[in-house]
Amino acid sequence: MKKYSAFAIAREALRHHTGWTRAWRDAQPKKRYDVIIIGAGGHGLATAYYLGKNFGITNVAILEKGWLGGGNTGRNTTIIRSNYLQDPSAAIYEKSRSLYETMSQDLNYNVMFSPRGVIMLAQTHHEVRGYQRTAHANALQGVTTEFIGPEKVKELVPIININGPRYPVLGGLWQARGGTARHDAVAWGYARACSDMGMDVIQKCEVTGIRSEGGKVTGVSTNRGDIDCDKLGMVVAGHSGHLADMAGFRLPIESVALQALVSEPIKPCMDVVVMANTVHGYMSQSDKGEMVIGGGTDGYNNYTQRGSFHHIEETVRALIETFPMVSRLKMLRQWGGIVDVTGDRSPILSKTPVDGVFINCGWGTGGFKAIPGSGWAMAELIAKGRSPLTDAFGLNRFQEGRFIDESVAAGVAH
Amino acid sequence: MLVLTCPNCGITAEETEFHAGGEAHLTRHGPGASDDDFEKYLFMRDNPKGVHFERWRHVYGCGKWFHAARDTMTLEIFGTYTAQTSTVPQDIIDKITDRRPDWQKSDAR
Repeated sequence: MKKYSAFAIAREALRHHTGWTRAWRDAQPKKRYDVIIIGAGGHGLATAYYLGKNFGITNVAILEKGWLGGGNTGRNTTIIRSNYLQDPSAAIYEKSRSLYETMSQDLNYNVMFSPRGVIMLAQTHHEVRGYQRTAHANALQGVTTEFIGPEKVKELVPIININGPRYPVLGGLWQARGGTARHDAVAWGYARACSDMGMDVIQKCEVTGIRSEGGKVTGVSTNRGDIDCDKLGMVVAGHSGHLADMAGFRLPIESVALQALVSEPIKPCMDVVVMANTVHGYMSQSDKGEMVIGGGTDGYNNYTQRGSFHHIEETVRALIETFPMVSRLKMLRQWGGIVDVTGDRSPILSKTPVDGVFINCGWGTGGFKAIPGSGWAMAELIAKGRSPLTDAFGLNRFQEGRFIDESVAAGVAH
Repeated sequence: MLVLTCPNCGITAEETEFHAGGEAHLTRHGPGASDDDFEKYLFMRDNPKGVHFERWRHVYGCGKWFHAARDTMTLEIFGTYTAQTSTVPQDIIDKITDRRPDWQKSDAR
């Protein structure tokens, strides 16, 4: 792998950019790997990366049925924050946020991490109390957040209307170290680093069956032949239920569509991320100038990667009330992703009933922010059989009643 | 936009008039049930790619619950039927097999 640097750009400029090589190899499947990861999205690639970096396990394949980062990794609104309520959530999301800070240097790949700050608006008295509670919890967890008043919100976001008739802004939970990153670059950066460690990133390779003997996994069947493995990690978000079915167990997960849309590009007008959970809308401005808008989920199970039009209407209607200038914007693109939602709105990082099969799913509507932390923890779980970051997120918590209730922090908006 | 017919009042309307209520035909385990059964009832879901039996409520209409058979990959609705049943009616199964000859009904949970 050639190192990317200012010097490399200058060197290539002098020779008409003929020296750039592929960022990652177009690998063909081998007969056997120590670890197979299903799903080359952010979480799957990060898991593979930390398996290699932290535990020296590099005989790894990452199988992807479509193209790299083409699922929810390329479909989210790129928001990064860690202001959750419960301690296990704060631990893994804050680990993740802190890994984002040095990701570009670690991967030698510019992921454009922009710690511009995230505000979650409190627009009802319930939300004021909820976010004050979260701010106190975050203080105990060592996550820097602050509850701010409406004047401070207006100062940070001049285009906001804090005196809306239905939902006036009563305050907000402010995390100054939150922000955004370029989602495609996160997947590409990890893929390049994995490939450099000798791992095989295999695209257009769909898993069609999971083979096991005596309750222990032996490999997978794919559209490109059988591949053997000692350990298997399933990291496929919305399609987890489908894979679990192949392995012979069920999951406490339902898959629904979550939508987002972007406007035409305009001049810089908002340099923080604003989330309004009461009205199901959130917005930030991309480096290209587009307003990136996220909305609510559909209420019913769905695998179509699109969503109901009336949800877009609801989201935009709410945003126009809070940001009147949005009414003048044309919307350019809309898309949907299939998110895997658990009963307590917290993820599952766990062993499974099949020995050697590990699952990482249930990130629901907020997986992007968790990519590096999730990969870090999942790699430890696969390599050592347990991780302090994943202990609370086991599948057994649903039977034992140890829920990690994040329905306030994670119910819809991310 | 889904278009559903409420079998209780007979009205056909867009999905905004209804509210989805999750998987249908779950066995309700209560006091005295094993932890396993109670977990299954509360949390475990089939979440299939394809034919899904689900509960809907006609919230901005007659207010009554009913069941629907729908494809989660294509959003095609095969039919709606009463909520006062623990099994899928034969005419709904016929409609599904008519459209999806390879479909097999999974075991009741």
